[in-house]
Amino acid sequence: MEAPAVAPAPEALPKVRTDLLPLLLVPLLALAAAPLVGSFPTWVTLTVAGIAMGLIIFIIASGLTLVFGLMDVLNFGHGVFIALGAFLATTVLGGMADWTASQSLAANLAAIFAAMAVAMAVAGAVGMAFERVIIRPVYGQHLKQILITMGGMIVGEELIKVIWGPQAIPLPLPAALRGAILIGDAAVEKYRIVAVVIGLAVFAAIFWVLSRTKAGLLIRAGVQDREMVEALGYRIRRLFVGVFVAGSALAGLGGVMWGLYQQSVIPQIGAQVNILIFIVIIIGGLGSAGGSFVGALLVGLLANYAGFLAPKVALFSNILLMVLVLLWRPQGLYPVAKR
Amino acid sequence: MSGALLALEGVHTHIGAYHILHGVHLTVPRGGLTVLLGRNGAGKTTTLRTIMGLWRASHGRVLFEGADIAARATPEVARLGIAYVPENMGVFSDLTVEENMALAARGARRAAEIDRARLEWIFGLFPALRKFWLHPAGLLSGGQKQMLAVARAIVEPRKLLIVDEPTKGLAPAIVQNMVSAFRELKRTETTILLVEQNFHFARALGDTVAVMDDGRVVHAGTMAALAGDEALQQRLLGLALAAHH
Amino acid sequence: MLSALLSHDRPASRLLAALLVAIVVGLAFAPFLFPGAKSLSVAAKILVFIVLVASYDLLLGYTGIVSFAHTMFFGIGAYGVAIALARLGPGWGAVALGVALALALSLVLSFVIGLFSLRVRAIFYAMITLAVAAAFQTLASQLSDLTGGEDGLSFKVPEALTPGFSLADAPFLGVSLDGRLLSYYLLFFAAAALFLVMLRIVNSPFGRVLQAIRENDFRAEALGYRTVVYRTLSNVLGAGFATLAGALLALWLRYNGPDTSLSFEIMLDILLMVVIGGMGTMYGAVVGATLFILAQSYLQDLMRIAGAALGDLPAAGGFLAALLSPDRWLLWLGVLFVLSVYYFPAGIVGRLRARAAAAKP
Repeated sequence: MEAPAVAPAPEALPKVRTDLLPLLLVPLLALAAAPLVGSFPTWVTLTVAGIAMGLIIFIIASGLTLVFGLMDVLNFGHGVFIALGAFLATTVLGGMADWTASQSLAANLAAIFAAMAVAMAVAGAVGMAFERVIIRPVYGQHLKQILITMGGMIVGEELIKVIWGPQAIPLPLPAALRGAILIGDAAVEKYRIVAVVIGLAVFAAIFWVLSRTKAGLLIRAGVQDREMVEALGYRIRRLFVGVFVAGSALAGLGGVMWGLYQQSVIPQIGAQVNILIFIVIIIGGLGSAGGSFVGALLVGLLANYAGFLAPKVALFSNILLMVLVLLWRPQGLYPVAKR
Repeated sequence: MSGALLALEGVHTHIGAYHILHGVHLTVPRGGLTVLLGRNGAGKTTTLRTIMGLWRASHGRVLFEGADIAARATPEVARLGIAYVPENMGVFSDLTVEENMALAARGARRAAEIDRARLEWIFGLFPALRKFWLHPAGLLSGGQKQMLAVARAIVEPRKLLIVDEPTKGLAPAIVQNMVSAFRELKRTETTILLVEQNFHFARALGDTVAVMDDGRVVHAGTMAALAGDEALQQRLLGLALAAHH
Repeated sequence: MLSALLSHDRPASRLLAALLVAIVVGLAFAPFLFPGAKSLSVAAKILVFIVLVASYDLLLGYTGIVSFAHTMFFGIGAYGVAIALARLGPGWGAVALGVALALALSLVLSFVIGLFSLRVRAIFYAMITLAVAAAFQTLASQLSDLTGGEDGLSFKVPEALTPGFSLADAPFLGVSLDGRLLSYYLLFFAAAALFLVMLRIVNSPFGRVLQAIRENDFRAEALGYRTVVYRTLSNVLGAGFATLAGALLALWLRYNGPDTSLSFEIMLDILLMVVIGGMGTMYGAVVGATLFILAQSYLQDLMRIAGAALGDLPAAGGFLAALLSPDRWLLWLGVLFVLSVYYFPAGIVGRLRARAAAAKP
């Protein structure tokens, strides 16, 4: 095989350009909030809390946005997996009372990881059933999809009430993770640091999968052009089920972390977090995992700053953020290039 | 050339409420390059998409190596050894050139596992790809994207290569590059089915030709016969040729 | 004459026509046919929900957009009347002012939400309305000075609508002619008028464009219709009618709180009524609302009895009892909802019409 003699057209090497502007919004928001908050230690406390919350939201939102990107499926029932994870955590941690009461950090973390593993396994399994029963029959029918997944959400929430009861269940932090440590003058709750570490680890894992594995490449390619992925010989249905199950498992994991963050769990937790997640994936650009990361951090930080500065309008602050972002970039921070 | 690799028999295709293909008969001989000509809206792209299972034939048979594949899902069709380059090229713009190629190579788990010699051969056909190997495909020019799209289709040996308008919107120099690349491909005895509007490109490469109009194949024969018959060209392609001059 | 009143949108099924006549007659003479405070309340609720569900169908059925903020507009109407009457005292002026302010707020809000989210991407609408409705609900419970918070507001209605008011001393056909009766008929005629107006809207050229957009928005756009404008308009209309329905509810109940008009459960009820009755037919709202509210009002009692009976059984019975407890009403609603969307997407009206069409040669 020899190369034919072809003169390549002389062309300039395009510069690799990455769009970092949206990413800059995160430190900008944090800096802008500093003078408003006034006290530096309070600002540090709020910022750490915001990042912890943002990372938890990202873990939950990543699956939802990819599911939408891959198959145009908007799952209003995503919240079920969050609630499921949080309630499973109450059961698992309740059953490991010896471990959580211990002053040993290792024992505490082991209990939390056990709860996370159970939550991910169960949420993933339920996700697989949910995909088959609720979502598969209504592919490509947006209207029915919204209605059916919303119905699934309600049934799921009610079943959780049947199993765990309708009332709030306390989810205390394990002994060694209670309280705060002082960094300078700023009090930072220990669990929030743990949440940040776990959140960053999950973030790194998700991005490793998306950029370094073939499955990840297929997901990113499929979000852009589903047909072409099929024409290359890959069964996108299988890929989608995989992403759906992984997304459900991540929502379960996020549910455990969210429950511990709130230190109590109510059946409506899924519906509540769902709303935050929707705002996040709209801000980020539907289908973009990177966008949902930036969006989640923005929402987490803003929720904490607003909760401190003006608690009554805290919920509206996120809606306002969404409005501003959409006015700037109507398709979200990182719009996904579609065919 | 020994018999037909692909044959369409009385294929009808509906898209929504629209009846696009009205009984297409088409034969693609093994080892040759077949060109599908015809004016816009004649049903050429729909024919290709029906072969790939991207539209479902409502009637008729699509025979590949003698087996009817009309009812098969797209990934299964592709796995029979059919590579497809759509009209929009289907390049994944967020992915690098390398990642695009790695996805096209089903046998490779990552880019490093792509057959080295074959890759060198492809770089020989399309030198630009080596240069932009690590760049996001979205940054490539239209011509370079088309090269990537064709390169993806041949990254592993396939039995049949289906390409929808490889010269669409390309500068003359790039078209020349494409002609050379397809000549080289023909030497490897790959069977190729091309949709083309550019008659000069088609004439330079085609062994056999089929002309479509109104959802049917209205003429089929050798390219040599069509190229030598001005009157036939005028009758079949008058509009198409006029549009390109 | 009747045909013109119905905007020439006939039921097109003999069974459906009979059902509708039965419902209308039942509602028109409810105080006489079904005496008793509870049954009159059920009938009044049916009237309000017919308007509310029909206004939602304007969005979902006729325009193909899913909104989760419909109860927000319903709530705005109810709070408008409630706050005006609680602040200004009972009087028709206060009612008018409350309704006017509520309508203005609803129209502006729905216009902004619609213009904003429908311009970007139709699918955003469902998500954004969900978020806005949740935020509004929180706001309503936090502004407790104005709204009464979680407890809601009790207030006095104009004297003519109070039970103490009496038109005549002697009861007529065994029913005392008091302010409750007057309230009921105010509701009845208001609901009938609003319903007929909506029926006129969907059968107007405007309504036909909405349906064209629902079927194929690309084509409607290609035909020169600004789909965003039409969608936003139908959104505003739907919100307006929902607000009026809310005002009627508040007048009837003489109370308003988050659970009576704002809660997400009501949103689900509306969805279910639309789907059961039949999306994209105004008559579906009548049938759906009537059947659903009858079931809601009387089936829950049945569930309570069944749950209590099962509660006596050991072990497995306990779980069954939990499933059948009236607190799990929503569970069965959700299941019913999912099944209806799957297997019964045309609803009762769609089925009846399809059957009538099939029967014709």
